[in-house]
Amino acid sequence: MTARAPAVTVVRTSTANLASVLTGFERLGCRVRATDDATDVAAAGRLVLPGVGAFAAAQRAIASHGLEDALRERIERGRPTLGICLGMQLMASGSEEAPGVCGLGVFDGVVGGYESGEEGWRVPQMGWNLVTPDARCEIVPRGYAYFANSYRLAAAPDGWLPVWCEYAGRFLAAVERGPVIGCQFHPELSGDYGKALLTRWLEA
Amino acid sequence: MASPTEQGPVHAAASRDVGPMLPVRIIPCLDVRDGRVVKGVRFRGLEDQGDPAALALAYEEQGADEVVVLDVTATPEGRGTRLDTVAAVRARLSVPLTVGGGIGEIEDAAALLEAGADKVAVNTAALRQPALLTDLAARFGSQCVVVSLDALRRGDGPGVDSGYEVVVLSGTRPVARDAVAWAREAVERGAGEILLTSIDRDGTRSGYELTLLRAVRSAVSVPIVASGGADSPEHMTDAVRAGADAVLAASIFHQGNWTVEGIKGALAALGVSVRPGYSDARGRAEVAGAQRPARIRDGAEERAL
Repeated sequence: MTARAPAVTVVRTSTANLASVLTGFERLGCRVRATDDATDVAAAGRLVLPGVGAFAAAQRAIASHGLEDALRERIERGRPTLGICLGMQLMASGSEEAPGVCGLGVFDGVVGGYESGEEGWRVPQMGWNLVTPDARCEIVPRGYAYFANSYRLAAAPDGWLPVWCEYAGRFLAAVERGPVIGCQFHPELSGDYGKALLTRWLEA
Repeated sequence: MASPTEQGPVHAAASRDVGPMLPVRIIPCLDVRDGRVVKGVRFRGLEDQGDPAALALAYEEQGADEVVVLDVTATPEGRGTRLDTVAAVRARLSVPLTVGGGIGEIEDAAALLEAGADKVAVNTAALRQPALLTDLAARFGSQCVVVSLDALRRGDGPGVDSGYEVVVLSGTRPVARDAVAWAREAVERGAGEILLTSIDRDGTRSGYELTLLRAVRSAVSVPIVASGGADSPEHMTDAVRAGADAVLAASIFHQGNWTVEGIKGALAALGVSVRPGYSDARGRAEVAGAQRPARIRDGAEERAL
């Protein structure tokens, strides 16, 4: 742990598993707070856009608080930002889950559904799956991470390092661009694997 | 601490002789009443088993893949789930937490997520008002919405074609509704997982109700958590073969017959894929307890390790 407790700000979307994210960072010695204020989002040293939620509902919450520009700007500037599950999906242009609803669009790509129906592939994907980072990744480790998702990105966006996973075909488990990370899985729910990832992000 | 996950193939998740495409989740269940974990037989005769937060953390350290907390007296007492219990468990738990009991409307679910749940399990209210499932999915996504289905074996009866009847209010009120048909409808309305409990088997340690599991498996494509009757890894293997994606157990863990790591070792030996513990190559994290010596009490055979 660092000498001074790092501060982490979590965006309040009114759909997320807020306490899980906050306590996850508290257990790592962080000072945490939740906010839906654009000034806080812009100023936060480390910001988390949490997951859980439907794409349209969470996007509506972000837009209604006027957070879109602040989120886009800090990601474009490479300021430490972690998008979890839906929080990663919201970075994309849009999602098949909510046709016509725009995401933040910090990278190109439309989030799609898993190909269900094939024998053995349950949708939602629910449970622990093995994620494998690109060799150049510095934050996301290889290991089993906890997923709970019906939608995912299938292709890596330009300029981002990919972390891959398999579920009814290859999909994007995470993306890295410096200290900006998107995780389709939930590091805050991934036990010791998740703690290792979050610890690296806090140091990035 | 050394890196025990590298030591052997026992916990290798690559084994896929039986089971779904992800490692089978082992889920200890904490039935909670008045802030304490309780357990009975067929939902009755509840006895104290300990502190929820302490048990949840112990199970995580043993390698639990998820934890379920059910406030078993919330709906019968006409109140919501106790948020303080959820918050206390959450403060220590870093694996997923599903919470059920007393969720009557969408704001109850929001309060639980705010307090520490990751998924919400809806039972009585979903049956009374199925649109609740749709509303929950629209806000939180289907992956957050678990329908908790308590089923009782019946002969042929009106409206109970599968032979299993839905029972609500913590197992106290049969509703003349077919369990398989309800499972199908619940998924169509937005549920993303089924927590399927056999009341006949609950607390009896006689094995999961496999006929029920197979019938629901053939009706839905969402994950199914098998619940009620677990006493051994063999029972869990049977449940997986019958279509379960996760196996829930309470009595065997609370009463110390098995640890989660013991169960996982035995399942792996039976060819069932389970999640291995994590070892950080950079040496920054302690490793999950998946291969610490199993603490098997009550004279159970040490077949795990």
